[in-house]
Amino acid sequence: MSAVIDTHAQDHHHGPAKGISRWLFTTNHKDIGSMYLMFSFAMFLLGGSMAMVIRAELFQPGLQIVEPEFFNQMTTMHGLIMVFGAVMPAFVGLANWMLPLMIGAPDMALPRMNNWSFWLLPCAFLILVSTLFMQGGAPNFGWTFYAPLSTTYGPPSTTFFIFAVHIMGVSSIMGAINVIATVLNMRAPGMTLMKMPLFVWTWLITAFLLIAVMPVLAGVVTMMLMDIHFGTSFFDASGGGDPVLFQHVFWFFGHPEVYIMILPAFGAISHIVSAFSRKPLFGYASMVYAVGAIAIMSFLVWAHHMFTVGMPLAGQLFFMYATLLIAVPTGVKVFNWVTTMFRGSLSFEAPMLFAVAFIILFTIGGFSGLMLAIAPADFQYHDTYFVVAHFHYVLVPGAIFGIFASAYFWLPKWTGYMYDETLAKTHFWLSFVGMNLAFFPMHFLGLAGMPRRIPDYALQFTNFNMISSVGAFMFAATQLLFLFIVVKCVRGGEKAPAKPWDGAEGLEWTVPSPAPYHTFSTPPEVK
Amino acid sequence: MRVHAKRAVALAAGLLLPVTVMAEWTMNMTPGVTSTSNQIYTLHMTILWICVAIGVVVFGVMFWSIFAHRKSRGYKPANFHENTVVEVLWTIVPLAILVAMAIPATATLVEMYDTTESDVDIKITGYQWRWQYEYIDDDFSFFSNMSTPREQIRNRQAKGEHYLLEVDNPVVIPVGKKVRFLLTANDVIHSWWVPEFGVKKDAIPGFINETWTRVDVPGTYRGQCTELCGKDHGYMPVVVKAVPEEEYNVWVAEQREAAETERQLTEKDWTLDELMERGERAYATACAGCHQADGTGLPPTFPALKGSQMALEDMAGHIEIVVNGSPGTSMQAFGNQLSEVDLAAVITYERNAWGNNTGEMVTPKEIFDYKNQQ
Repeated sequence: MSAVIDTHAQDHHHGPAKGISRWLFTTNHKDIGSMYLMFSFAMFLLGGSMAMVIRAELFQPGLQIVEPEFFNQMTTMHGLIMVFGAVMPAFVGLANWMLPLMIGAPDMALPRMNNWSFWLLPCAFLILVSTLFMQGGAPNFGWTFYAPLSTTYGPPSTTFFIFAVHIMGVSSIMGAINVIATVLNMRAPGMTLMKMPLFVWTWLITAFLLIAVMPVLAGVVTMMLMDIHFGTSFFDASGGGDPVLFQHVFWFFGHPEVYIMILPAFGAISHIVSAFSRKPLFGYASMVYAVGAIAIMSFLVWAHHMFTVGMPLAGQLFFMYATLLIAVPTGVKVFNWVTTMFRGSLSFEAPMLFAVAFIILFTIGGFSGLMLAIAPADFQYHDTYFVVAHFHYVLVPGAIFGIFASAYFWLPKWTGYMYDETLAKTHFWLSFVGMNLAFFPMHFLGLAGMPRRIPDYALQFTNFNMISSVGAFMFAATQLLFLFIVVKCVRGGEKAPAKPWDGAEGLEWTVPSPAPYHTFSTPPEVK
Repeated sequence: MRVHAKRAVALAAGLLLPVTVMAEWTMNMTPGVTSTSNQIYTLHMTILWICVAIGVVVFGVMFWSIFAHRKSRGYKPANFHENTVVEVLWTIVPLAILVAMAIPATATLVEMYDTTESDVDIKITGYQWRWQYEYIDDDFSFFSNMSTPREQIRNRQAKGEHYLLEVDNPVVIPVGKKVRFLLTANDVIHSWWVPEFGVKKDAIPGFINETWTRVDVPGTYRGQCTELCGKDHGYMPVVVKAVPEEEYNVWVAEQREAAETERQLTEKDWTLDELMERGERAYATACAGCHQADGTGLPPTFPALKGSQMALEDMAGHIEIVVNGSPGTSMQAFGNQLSEVDLAAVITYERNAWGNNTGEMVTPKEIFDYKNQQ
């Protein structure tokens, strides 16, 4: 009996397995975190190259490069890949790497499920991307896949799309269960809920959102499947169904989903702003309450995506008021970050640059969100480039810059080396300029009347579209630099100390850099 | 005279040039030509300036910190991290601003929803990819197709001034009258938008939505479909002509008469050549979008008609699929979209064009009888 325990104990001192089996069978949260992050970056490049096709076609009026049919496939796949393939897995990757380190746990609570939830993702995306090569082409009905365009009028590949979404959903739900189990059960002694780092808090709340809404998404695609293959009429008026029902169900998933993509970034940014201001985060408790309030309210605002579908007046008013209300806790967060910076001792390394840009540009996206919430004005904004500008402002400098900030912040901990600061700053400035050049003119285009999801446009929209395309090419090319910086950092460089940032706080900085394969085998004490 | 003419041209150019240049750099919403669009514009500008003001304050504090509280300047960090008064304050103040904003927005919305007491009712039906306008009280209807030539889209021809925003049959409304629009769709969801009216509403298959407008300034107003509706979503513009009431009445009378003439055409004896000629035109507007001008289609979604078994042999099946469509596919039922004459012409054309030389012809009367049997 004792011998068994001995070998078991010895196994723990071994490093990772060698070769491909390390990655296929790993249950180590750091390996799985790395795989999530690498997968997400690959999807980011794939989704980005589809955006380049879109921007190249829109560089000039007229049809030059692709047919409208293929253009619609590109907008659809770009959206799906970025949302489900790039942003969400990146945050799960960060959670895998950092949550155990931040709460002083040896690993995630359910390591085998962790492995499975990762490996489902490449399968799901293999199915999704393979639709591009099928007869009739890939899904072409937008990432929101409104019925009946996606049911009665969808291409044959829609069925594959439905199964891909199911598999992604299973993966997300398992990831979320794992986060909740880890955070609720495996915190170091002394770490009460209100002592948890904010990234842990925001991820805990995000995980509950995921568990609440991913089944709704699975439900809506299953209803589509039934409509397409089994003769039901959920969304078909001629059989007694209602196309608008689709939108209600979809956005009941879709609106919490946008918070799923931003809340973990809120958490990470809070750490980074505080670290590089060398000052504790202002209003920790109010930050936690604000995230909780945003999460609960995110279930009550879905129909602000549907102001033009012909809801009754009372419905319009309810969703307008609820949406305006959600600006209050979001405002509280921004005010807290700015106050954290106020009278700090600021320095601007790459993580801080991305974090500051996050606060400014996410707030601009929040402002346009506030404008969109005004229901009468939404009749003019709805489904125009103003909306495209709005959600790219919250997703690119919001989610994506949040991920870049986190990556630079924790890269020394992951690799044991400092990244190249000059290159990282170049990456930041080129991304910042490119991103604003790409997305700011879209506000003007939308206000001037350009609808979204069109492959060709009237002549008065030419100038801003050209500027936007140039910015988009610049932003995309810059991301190859990020790949180079990370590869360079993994291969070597200046040795990173256990705590490379003098203002940083938290258990993850108490372990050496790079973090050993197994950490916190005995839990640390938190006072 | 010549000098005067030159001056006039120069003056006109001088006046027009800034306008065209301005139009290409339009950055803001149009105030539009209706009371609704004006109210929306006011709301839009108000909330925009509120956002700008909040932005100036918040970013002002931030930039001050970035500038003054730098480590490189030797600034020592303070250590405060909590203040309940401040937290309460910046929860209450934004709330008050939002309430203030919600009041005028509610008033505008209530007005936009009041579709009662209309003077003219027009039913708008969205099709892939054109609009049908039905003047319910006057018993006529017509389709409105984009009229921009494919050559311009393919960059083989210079693009016109109203590229993609021009149609063959604009919808005509009288100025100063409350016009109610009843919106629905035949296939997928479309959305009817004219920015200058501040009117956008989804056209949903199987349901009817209502909206209204009252335009006081005569003119031509342009918009587009704003809900992704498939391949040619970018090519279904909306053009509305607002004209004085007398002109409107004359136009309505003409349309009613034309509708009557069209109905009589069904009775006429048609020759193959006449049907072929009419069929070519009808095919170009109704069918070529999917099945292509040369009949080769875009398989597998849109099958080829050239050399197809149905167009060559199965005449009954051919009539049925054109009139009733094919459920579960993109093939629409054209029975209610085209007149009997056009249905007969299209079918005849498809059976004789591109080398499908069957020599067979379908007459409008046969279509009429076929529809009545159903």
